[in-house]
Amino acid sequence: MAAPKYIKGKEPHKRERRLIFRNVDREGWDPSIATYIADGGYKQLEKAIKMEPGAITEEVKASGLRGRGGAGFPTGVKWGFIPPNNTKPVYLICNCDESEPGTFKDRYIVHQDPHQLIEGMVISCYAVGAKVAYIYIREEFPEGAKILEEAIEEARAKKFLGEDVLGSGFGCEIYVHRGAGAYICGEETGLIESLEGKRPYPRIKPPYFPAALGLYMCPTIVNNVESLCHVKHIIEMGGEEYSKIGTPRNTGTRILCVSGDVNRPGYYEVEVGKVTMGELIDDFCGGVKKGRELKAVIPGGSSAKVLRADEEYTVKAGDGEKTIGIRDIPMDFDTMAACGSMAGSGGVIVMDDSRDMAWVLNNINAFYAHESCGQCTPCREGSLWMKKITDRMLAGGGVPSDVKTLGSVADNIAGRTICAFGEACAWPTQSFVAKFPEEFKKHTSRKNAGKPLSGEAKLAAEGLAGS
Amino acid sequence: MSEEATVNVQVDGTWIQVPKGTRMIEACKQAAAEVPHYCYHPKLTSPGNCRMCLVEMGMPPRPAPGEEPELDKDGHAKIGWMPRPVIACANTVAEGMGIRTDSPLTRECREGVMEFLLINHPLDCPICDQAGECTLQEYSVEHGKGESRFLENKVKKPKSVEIGPRIRLDDERCVLCSRCVRFTREVVDDDVLGFVDRGSHNVLTVHPDRPLANNYSLNTVDICPVGALTSEDFRFQMRVWFMRETESICTGCARGCNTLIGSREGKIYRQTPRENNDVNSAWMCDEGRLGFHYLNSDARLTEPLVKDGAGHRPIDWPEAIRRAAEGLAKYRGGGLAVVASGRMTNEELYLARTLAETLGAAAVDIVKREGEGDGYLVHADKNPNTAGARAVLKLRSPGSKLKAIKKGIEDGSIKALLVLGENLLKAGFEEGTLKNLKFLVSSHLLANPTAKLSHVVLPGAGFAEKRGSMVNATGRLQRLNKAVEPPGDAREDWETLQDLNRAVDGLDGVGEIADVFAEMAERVSAFKGMSLSKIGGGGVHLIDTDERVPLLEREAERVREGLIVG
Repeated sequence: MAAPKYIKGKEPHKRERRLIFRNVDREGWDPSIATYIADGGYKQLEKAIKMEPGAITEEVKASGLRGRGGAGFPTGVKWGFIPPNNTKPVYLICNCDESEPGTFKDRYIVHQDPHQLIEGMVISCYAVGAKVAYIYIREEFPEGAKILEEAIEEARAKKFLGEDVLGSGFGCEIYVHRGAGAYICGEETGLIESLEGKRPYPRIKPPYFPAALGLYMCPTIVNNVESLCHVKHIIEMGGEEYSKIGTPRNTGTRILCVSGDVNRPGYYEVEVGKVTMGELIDDFCGGVKKGRELKAVIPGGSSAKVLRADEEYTVKAGDGEKTIGIRDIPMDFDTMAACGSMAGSGGVIVMDDSRDMAWVLNNINAFYAHESCGQCTPCREGSLWMKKITDRMLAGGGVPSDVKTLGSVADNIAGRTICAFGEACAWPTQSFVAKFPEEFKKHTSRKNAGKPLSGEAKLAAEGLAGS
Repeated sequence: MSEEATVNVQVDGTWIQVPKGTRMIEACKQAAAEVPHYCYHPKLTSPGNCRMCLVEMGMPPRPAPGEEPELDKDGHAKIGWMPRPVIACANTVAEGMGIRTDSPLTRECREGVMEFLLINHPLDCPICDQAGECTLQEYSVEHGKGESRFLENKVKKPKSVEIGPRIRLDDERCVLCSRCVRFTREVVDDDVLGFVDRGSHNVLTVHPDRPLANNYSLNTVDICPVGALTSEDFRFQMRVWFMRETESICTGCARGCNTLIGSREGKIYRQTPRENNDVNSAWMCDEGRLGFHYLNSDARLTEPLVKDGAGHRPIDWPEAIRRAAEGLAKYRGGGLAVVASGRMTNEELYLARTLAETLGAAAVDIVKREGEGDGYLVHADKNPNTAGARAVLKLRSPGSKLKAIKKGIEDGSIKALLVLGENLLKAGFEEGTLKNLKFLVSSHLLANPTAKLSHVVLPGAGFAEKRGSMVNATGRLQRLNKAVEPPGDAREDWETLQDLNRAVDGLDGVGEIADVFAEMAERVSAFKGMSLSKIGGGGVHLIDTDERVPLLEREAERVREGLIVG
C-alpha cells in the first residue's frame, strides 16, 4: 500500500508512526465505507472471523497491548477475565466518553475514521463472544455520534455488522449511546450504570467487576476507542509482530495529545517509549514559546501527577538505576509510573514559567469539583473543598495553613473512594502542593493584599491572622 | 455457599471463626469491634458510599511454589497488610484475613470522612430532632477531630422540604447515604426518591409528581442516620433523650409488628418499629405507627359511669363493679351474652371467658374486623388478637355468633349483655335492638353510642397502657408492655374483669396478670407450658398456621442471593 499523503500543513512529524491515525488528516480521505474499503478496510475482519475467537484473544495478549483510556491495563488480560463457565450474554462497550482534560485523540478517530473503530469492535466482539456492543459517546460529540450512526448503517449494509457477519454465522450489533455530559461516565462502572439508564454512580469493586458483573449484571468488556482500533492492527500484523513496536511491556503506538505552552500543540502518534518528553516538547512540538522556560508537565491527562521541569527522576536502567531529568523521560507507561506520575490517557499538558501553579491547580480543582458525581463522601466533599481553598488563595485570602490543609484534604480522598475519581481529583493537589510549595506559600502571605478579597476570604484571613 | 463452612479471621489481633460469606463489618461485630457506618444497613443493599467503615485489611501472601507459608505464633499464616483501606460493609471475609478496626490508618480514614461530612453540615443540633440519636453526633465524638479547619462558605441546600404527607426533608443535614432511596426502591417498591445535581451540590429529592406517600414512608425517618428526614408527626414534639422506651407490639392489625413506644410523663410521643425477623423485619406501616394518638384523645373515658335518668353520672369502682355484677348475675343461666373483642389481650379474653362460664352466658363472641392486606406487612385482619381469641374463647368462626346474639336480644331471650371494647352500633346492631336489653354493661376507651346506651360504663386501658399478650396472624405469642398509665381512674381491663369474676363467683381470684396467664395456660391447651415471662421481647411461636409474611419471604430471598445481610 502506498504511503498516504496528508493535508498540507497537517503532515505527521517525521518521527511519528501512524497506525491508528493513519487516515487522520489524509488527503482525499472521508469517513465513508467506500473510502475505507478502497484502502483495504475490513480485510482484518475477514481474516479474524475465520480464526478461533480464543486465538484472537491470544494474539491480543501476545501483542502486549495496554489500554489507552488511562489505566494502561493489558487489554488481552482484561478479556480473559470473563468467567470461563459463563452462560450469560457478553457485552462489549466502547468507551468514547473522552473527557479527561488534555485528551483529544478518540474524537479524531470517530470523526475521520469511524470504520476503523467499527472493524476493531466487531473483531473484539467476535473474540469475547459479544453479540451486542455499545459505543458510549460523550454528549459533547454530537457530530461524532451522527458519523458513527451512519458508519454503522454502512457497515450493516455490507454485512460487516448484523445477524450474519460476512456469512460466518456470527451476529453482532453495535449501538451508539450518547451520554449527557458527565466526566464520571468515563469510569467504566459509572458508564455501565448510565447505559442502564441510571445515575452514573460508579459501582463498588468487588463485587461489580465488569468482566463478571457488568452491564445488566452480565460479563462486559469496556475498552477505549484507541484500544479497540489497535485490535485491528494486531490482527493485521499478528500479536508478536505488533509487540515489536514500541518497547518491551510498553508495546505498540499511542497517540499523545500535547496542549499548553508549546509552539505546535496537537496529536502525535509515536511508538510507546521510543520518544522522550524532551523530544516530544522540543522536537515534535517546537519547544516552549520564545523566551520562556519549561516549568512543568502533566504527562497523562489532568489527573496525572505533575512533573516539575527541574526535578530529577530515578528510573530503572538495565539491572541498576539511573537519574534522569524531565526531558529524558521516555513516554511509556512504566517509566512514567516510576517517575511518580502516569502515562494515563496520553494528554500531555505543558506549562512554561509564565504559569502560576496555584492558578493551574485551581483550574484543575474547578473541573473535578464540578465533575465529582457526589456518590461517596471523600470525593464529594473534598473536591469542592480543595477548589474553594485555591479559589480563596487566588482571591488573595490565603492563610498559612492552607498549603497543609490542601495536601491533607487530598490525602483524605486518594485511595478511599469507590472509583478512581478519588485519585484523579487528589493527585493534582497532592503533586502541585508537594512540588511547588513556594508558589502556594506566595498566595498565603498577606503581601497579596492588593488583590480584592471576597468577604469570605477576608473573614478567613482575619480569623487566622494571628496563627 | 454452605452454611456450616467457616473461615478464620483475625480482628484486631484476635482470631475468630465466622461463617464463610460473612461481611467484614458483621465479623467485626461478632468480635465486639463495632465498625462505624452510615450507608450500610443489613436489610438493604450495600452501595459502599459513605466510606465510614473503611478498615485496614490484610491477607496471607500467596507463598511461592514449593514454599510453606510463614506462620504467626498462633499457627495462622502471617498477614500481609494492604496499603489501601477497604470498606467493611460490602466485602466478605476470606480464610486468614486480618482486619484492623483501630489502627492508625483506620482511625485516619474515619477522621477524614467525619471531617468531610461535617464541613457542609449546618451543625444545627440544638434545633434538630435527631439530636440524641444521631450517628453524625455519635461518631463525631468517637471519631471526629473535635475542631474544624474549614474556612469556606458552606454549600446551601434546600431546607424544610415537604417530600410527602408525613415526611419533611432537610437537605443540608443529609449525608447522602441513600438508605431512604434504597428502602423505598428495594423494600416497598416505591422508587420515588433519588439524588440530583452533582458533587458537593448533590441533593436528595422526591419525584416531582410522586410524593413519598406510601404507607411505609416513616421507616425512612428511622433509618436516616442523621436529621435529614423527620416525621411531621414527631418533629419538634419531644427531645429523644427525655423519652422512655417501652418494648411493645402494634395492635393495628393481626401482624403484631414489634415496636418501641417513646413516652414521657404519661404521654406517648412516637412509636417506632423494633426488629423482629419473624414478624416485621425492621419495619412497620405508617398507619400502625401513628395509630396511638387516640390514646391522648379528649373522648377518653376516665371514670366509671352509671346510667342516671337520661344521662350518666360518675361512680367509684367498687360501686360500678357491684352494679355491673348484680345486673349481669340477674340473668345467669342463658339470659345473657358476652361480646368481646379481638383487640383484647389473651388474659382479658380468658377472664371474659371465665366470667361467661360462671354466669352461664348464652353466647360469647368477638367482632370481626376485616380490611385489606397490602402484600408487605399490613394484614387483612384488623384485629390484633383474633388467633388468641380463637384459642381462648374456643371460637371456630369468630363473629359468627353475633347474629344469634342480636336475634336473642330482639326476641327477648337475651336480656343482658356485656360488651368489651366494641361499639356494637358499628358491628351490625341497631340502637333499637340494644334498647331491648334489660341490662347493658360495657367497657370502652372512648365515649361512643354503645357506651351511651349502657347502664354501667367501665373505662378501659389502651394497648400502651397495660400488660398482656396477644397471638398474631402467624401464631406468634407476643407481649404488650405498659408504656404509660391509663388516664384518670381508667384501669387495665384485666383488673376490671377480675373484679367482675370475684363479684359473681364469690371466690378470691388470682391477683397478678402473670397468675391469670398461668391459670389460662393450664386450661387452654394452646398455651400449655407457657408463662408471661417466658414470652420475652421477640415473642414465641405458639400456634402453627400456614400464614406467610410476604415482606419476610422477599427479604429471605434477597439474603439467599447475597444482596443483603438480613
